[in-house]
Amino acid sequence: MTMTALPHTDHTTGDGRQTVLEVDGLNVDIRTPQGTVRAVSGAGFAAYAGQTMALLGESGCGKSMTAKAVAGLLDPIAHVAGGTIRLNGRELAGMAERDRLKIAGTELGIVFQDALTALNPVYPVGVQIGESFRIHRGMNRRQARSEAIALMGRVGIPEPESRVDAYPHQFSGGMRQRILIAMAVALGPRLLIADEPTTALDVTVQAQIMELLRRLRTEEEMAVVLITHDLAVVAEEADAVTVMYAGTVAETGPVDQVFARPAHPYTRGLLDSVPVNAERGAQLSSIAGSPPELKDIPTGCVYQDRCPLASAICRAERPALREVAPGQQAACHFAAQVQDSTTLQETRP
Amino acid sequence: MNTPLNHGADPEDAALRVTDVTKTFQVARSASGNNRLTALDGVSLSIGRGETLGLVGESGCGKSTLARTLMLLEKPDSGTVDFEGRDPFALRGKDLLSWRRRVQMVFQDPFASLNARMTAGQIISEPWATHRGLYKTPREREARLNELLQLVGLRPSDARKSPQEFSGGQRQRIGIARALALNPDLIILDEPVSALDLSVQAQVLNLLNDLQQKLGVSYLFISHDLSVVRHVTDRVAVMYLGRVIETGATEDVFERPLHPYTASLMSASPRLDPATRPAERIVLRGELPSPLDPPSGCRFRTRCWKAQDICAEQAPPRVTAAEAGRVALPLPSIGAPSGHAAECHFPLADRAEAGLAAGATTA
Repeated sequence: MTMTALPHTDHTTGDGRQTVLEVDGLNVDIRTPQGTVRAVSGAGFAAYAGQTMALLGESGCGKSMTAKAVAGLLDPIAHVAGGTIRLNGRELAGMAERDRLKIAGTELGIVFQDALTALNPVYPVGVQIGESFRIHRGMNRRQARSEAIALMGRVGIPEPESRVDAYPHQFSGGMRQRILIAMAVALGPRLLIADEPTTALDVTVQAQIMELLRRLRTEEEMAVVLITHDLAVVAEEADAVTVMYAGTVAETGPVDQVFARPAHPYTRGLLDSVPVNAERGAQLSSIAGSPPELKDIPTGCVYQDRCPLASAICRAERPALREVAPGQQAACHFAAQVQDSTTLQETRP
Repeated sequence: MNTPLNHGADPEDAALRVTDVTKTFQVARSASGNNRLTALDGVSLSIGRGETLGLVGESGCGKSTLARTLMLLEKPDSGTVDFEGRDPFALRGKDLLSWRRRVQMVFQDPFASLNARMTAGQIISEPWATHRGLYKTPREREARLNELLQLVGLRPSDARKSPQEFSGGQRQRIGIARALALNPDLIILDEPVSALDLSVQAQVLNLLNDLQQKLGVSYLFISHDLSVVRHVTDRVAVMYLGRVIETGATEDVFERPLHPYTASLMSASPRLDPATRPAERIVLRGELPSPLDPPSGCRFRTRCWKAQDICAEQAPPRVTAAEAGRVALPLPSIGAPSGHAAECHFPLADRAEAGLAAGATTA
């Protein structure tokens, strides 16, 4: 009857990494007044224990939608329209709502971007942190409160005994984010999804929160899915990266490899857009145009309108994700050319 | 207008000079019984002609209050603002109107700062309804509107569209065209690209750079994104709890910070290139104190790893790079000293102490 009674398969890859999350061919559809649009199309990636997988992309690329589909938190107008989501070997797509609820917190935790709206303003933080202990572990109020205090101490909130009864508005942005993290890891989930956890924070506080996430990941051997639009954060925090564009995966693989030798022109373009030690006043390279609206996604390659390499085949045929190097996959007809060039201008026909 | 490009303008030849400006607000009484929030506390800085000054600091440090003061939306309690020899707060009537024309602003959120019920053309030309003398005939206004649209990379036909029909980057272009409509000498850019996606950010930063080259306009560039600030500014001022704690040429401040707070900002900001990543990152303990109850002496002392007793007792002195035992580097373009200085009892000796020695280069 309980979830733990269901078979858990031990997914260990050839190199000894333990697969916690496996997403494959994921489609998410949204109903709009103009008809159904596909927000995520054929997304696939994996996350491993003790490692961070970054979902990288610009606003509207589908990275948050993908994470919400994994967490079972899609808005009512959106639904999973195909593909598989396997958490610890168990299929989540199509799982009944009440089984989903049992997984929430115990196997999968999520940290949202805006801690102030994610917390309930009328309950003390201790009650909110302790809630999962009461629901999932059957603790009484007193036990849950003392668990909450211990957890607040673990995530670096000073004087937790005196802060446990304070309300969310009495904490700073950084401390609120720590409270959300405490709630997410309370029941020791195997997977932690962090959706832009530091975007609203100042840079010195961002460094503190990232340090905390790193420490918890190591201590708990969690797989972390980090959703971000910041390439530098990906470079520093993640082991692997999945670059998304217009609802599709453009490229995925180990961060060092993808950033050193990107195989998709979009990844290349993003890397070139970052002002890194570029000379004062020098032109930054940028990607012309802007991403397509979901309702106007072109047939063929989704990136064709902005791509310097686009040719007839790109307009006719959508490229599938193909292995371009060990562990690295890209969805581009000209992946090999992109990989071998230092700038895209060189490969422009 | 149209002065030749002068990157790294001599700070002595300032177009705008802010001297010892203090601004307090009355707020609800805090736990300690204080009800005056000091948003700006003796802030001094200058912006040269055609120069870009970066203003860096965390939320609540006073950046926005300073921008609002320069827009004459807040009147300082004390201190002076001097714009080419005139005090804007003493101006009335026509003179005041003329000052307002010369200082314009571009806002952070291009989705909130454009009126959805107006067309792009109406938004850009609205300032001329107030400044009637600028373009007198409809024909002149029409021509200038087309010119502005082209200047920011939009098409003349875009004038008839409403803001909702544009992408974020294009909207920010409209905001920039509106700021340029009055031929200002100084544009305050308040986080102008932070709401934009990376690939679009680069387009807008390139546009701002081109416009400065063409028009010789000065920028006050407010941003929390240090990699952007580094790329677009000549000099930079770092603020902490209402004070400018370090100023200097951008390269000096980024590469050889004097103030421990500046060093922690630089050290904390994530780097794309592993080779430039600090070997050991300075992660500050604690949080920004409330500006209602700032620490005594040095405001940064509660989070500073170098703090001693004196930091709590005395306000820190202003120390130049030379006084701190550094070799001050001249500004690359004109050879004048960059005026690199910080307010600190114990300025940092070198890059290693600033935690900026890169992992790849440490032995």
